[in-house]
Amino acid sequence: MHNGEKKRLNGEAEEEEEDDLDEDGMDAWERTYTDERSWESLQEDESGLLRPIDNKAIYHAQYRRRLRSLSTAGNAARIQKGLIRFLYVVVDLSRAAGVMDFRPSRMAMIAKHVEAFIREFFDQNPLSQMALVTIKDGVAHCLTELGGSPEAHIKTLMGKLGCSGDSSLQNALELVHGYLDPIPSYGHREVLILYSSLSTCDPGDIMETIQKCKQSKLRCSVIGLAAELFICKHLCQETGGSYSVALDEGHFKELILEHAPPPPAIAEFAIANLIKMGFPQRAAEGSISICSCHKEAKVGEGYICPRCKARACELPTECRICGLTLVSSPHLARSYHHLFPIAPFDDLPPSRQSEPHNRSHRTCFGCQQSLLITGNKPGLCVACPKCKHTFCLDCDIYIHESLHNCPGCESLRPS
Amino acid sequence: MASVPSKLYSDDVSLVVVLVDTNPFFWATSSLSFSQFLSHVLAFLNSILLLNQLNQVVVIATGHNSCDYVYDSSSASHHGVENRTIPALYSVLLQKMEEFLIKDEKLGKQESPGMIASSLLSGSLSLALCYIQRLFRTGPLHPQPRILCLQGSSDGPEQYVAIMNSIFSAQRSMVPIDSCYVGAHNSAFLQQASYITGGVYVKPQHLDGLFQYLVTVFATDLHCRSSLQLPRPAGVDFRASCFCHKTTIDMGYVCSVCLSIFCKHHKKCSTCGSVFGQAQADNSAVSDRKRKAPET
Repeated sequence: MHNGEKKRLNGEAEEEEEDDLDEDGMDAWERTYTDERSWESLQEDESGLLRPIDNKAIYHAQYRRRLRSLSTAGNAARIQKGLIRFLYVVVDLSRAAGVMDFRPSRMAMIAKHVEAFIREFFDQNPLSQMALVTIKDGVAHCLTELGGSPEAHIKTLMGKLGCSGDSSLQNALELVHGYLDPIPSYGHREVLILYSSLSTCDPGDIMETIQKCKQSKLRCSVIGLAAELFICKHLCQETGGSYSVALDEGHFKELILEHAPPPPAIAEFAIANLIKMGFPQRAAEGSISICSCHKEAKVGEGYICPRCKARACELPTECRICGLTLVSSPHLARSYHHLFPIAPFDDLPPSRQSEPHNRSHRTCFGCQQSLLITGNKPGLCVACPKCKHTFCLDCDIYIHESLHNCPGCESLRPS
Repeated sequence: MASVPSKLYSDDVSLVVVLVDTNPFFWATSSLSFSQFLSHVLAFLNSILLLNQLNQVVVIATGHNSCDYVYDSSSASHHGVENRTIPALYSVLLQKMEEFLIKDEKLGKQESPGMIASSLLSGSLSLALCYIQRLFRTGPLHPQPRILCLQGSSDGPEQYVAIMNSIFSAQRSMVPIDSCYVGAHNSAFLQQASYITGGVYVKPQHLDGLFQYLVTVFATDLHCRSSLQLPRPAGVDFRASCFCHKTTIDMGYVCSVCLSIFCKHHKKCSTCGSVFGQAQADNSAVSDRKRKAPET
């Protein structure tokens, strides 16, 4: 709710700014000043001097708002995440993707961030699979099939960049629907569309296709690059996805990476099930066998499927011979932090910190950095609600974004 | 440290965060006494500092009930305390270590004596990673960080998730976790940590020569490592054990909601309470039919 409001406000501000640009007909060099708004990062202090605004505090406040909105949404019900995802990323490579409002072009910018997204996606969802689809000349093509290897997807995408023709939302949805419909019911079916066009050139009634996607429980999300489109918004609303329009490159990056962590599971979307998985052992060193993925004879360094004894080169994968999902225990462990998230830390008012009772409150418990800013005034800091240890803002972000452990709670033996 | 011109940070300058296991339950049973162990470690720390004047050492104590920073070579506090007989590093470190051990012992007395002999490795790993992140924040030029775990206690299964989280975070920031395990059996946690992060795992055969193991394997910087013949990782067993009987399995069932591992088909997940299979047939009939439709 809050986020939505903020986004809308941002959107309005941006529109106004763009209008100004058009009216004034500014040159590129003038525009860099308008875009950067360098004067906004200055603030007048009491003696009339100009000082830089404490960007860190603002950035941190935004981060915490996001964290809190996520945690309240999660706490409402028991935490369930769609950990096993089948995601189709649809990249619009129609004529509109060649527009140069993003540098050097929309297409190049998309490719760059999709690459980062693919890596992040597999880092966060080791048991999930992804496929790439492109729209070009009004036709949707399946670039890569569902698979778990980030490198294969990135390589194929980079080789197939080039834009032409119209874009067709319906064709893309029909294609993806055809692929995702037979996916087992425990998997979360998702579509992420990166849409550059302002129109869609469809062969039939797109509303029917949207209903079909809704029935098959495809969660469709769209990130627009131009302007908001009704049909995209309608699609996302119907299927439970999210719709957003990127304001600039930084915003686009933020938006696409929001799709990397697993979405909250919706009970009716995926049915709990026991999935049969194999935990293969490493092949003995020096043993020679033909691997089932590359069909080449290889020495050592491989995994043997426990059911059919075929050799696979890397994990996680699906055995090419018997179809068993092959994983190793660290792959499962990589997902556990989604299920046991740590509570957001509480802001510590400076008045409470200055109480002299605890010396340790003057340094961050995590990195030992002093929490006092110049003049021995206590700076901003946060505290874990459980162990009450204080942390600096940088550690707060690192702990919640990457580490997923509270160092304070971990260094106390639970009684 | 601030006075050092940053251009001097070449790729052979290291920051070593050493996690020292101080668990009294382990050291009471070990053939090597804790004081002997410390003298090996102190000599090793000194040799790291001698190898390059910009090298930095941080020591974190991994206790039974708590974890804390014990020594940081970059903080200037140790210059004042120097006396004639013992070098500064030793006096500061030993004094802080003693304070830590007393505090750790006090914390332990509050609870009933359980049979948990593990130490809080997850806590000290998390602290070390936070410290290293602070180093990364200082800018593009900084010493190459690595973590060295000197561990003796056995693994605490309750720390599994936290330790794995730390390992993955270290892997993401490309910080290798080296481990030297002085206990009786191999530590599965540390083997995995070193394997995943590209560090070295060593279990010394003769504890009397611990200093030599430490110096030959762990003293060299990351840049030189590529040209050395270091102990190769032995086969790490990545097979999972099931949650119901704790037996290692080749093939098993995984709950699609919470990823718990079971060795045979259950009707209900014991971890998250989700109901599987036939029991849910009534609820899932609609979607099942839908799923089967395209196949038939």
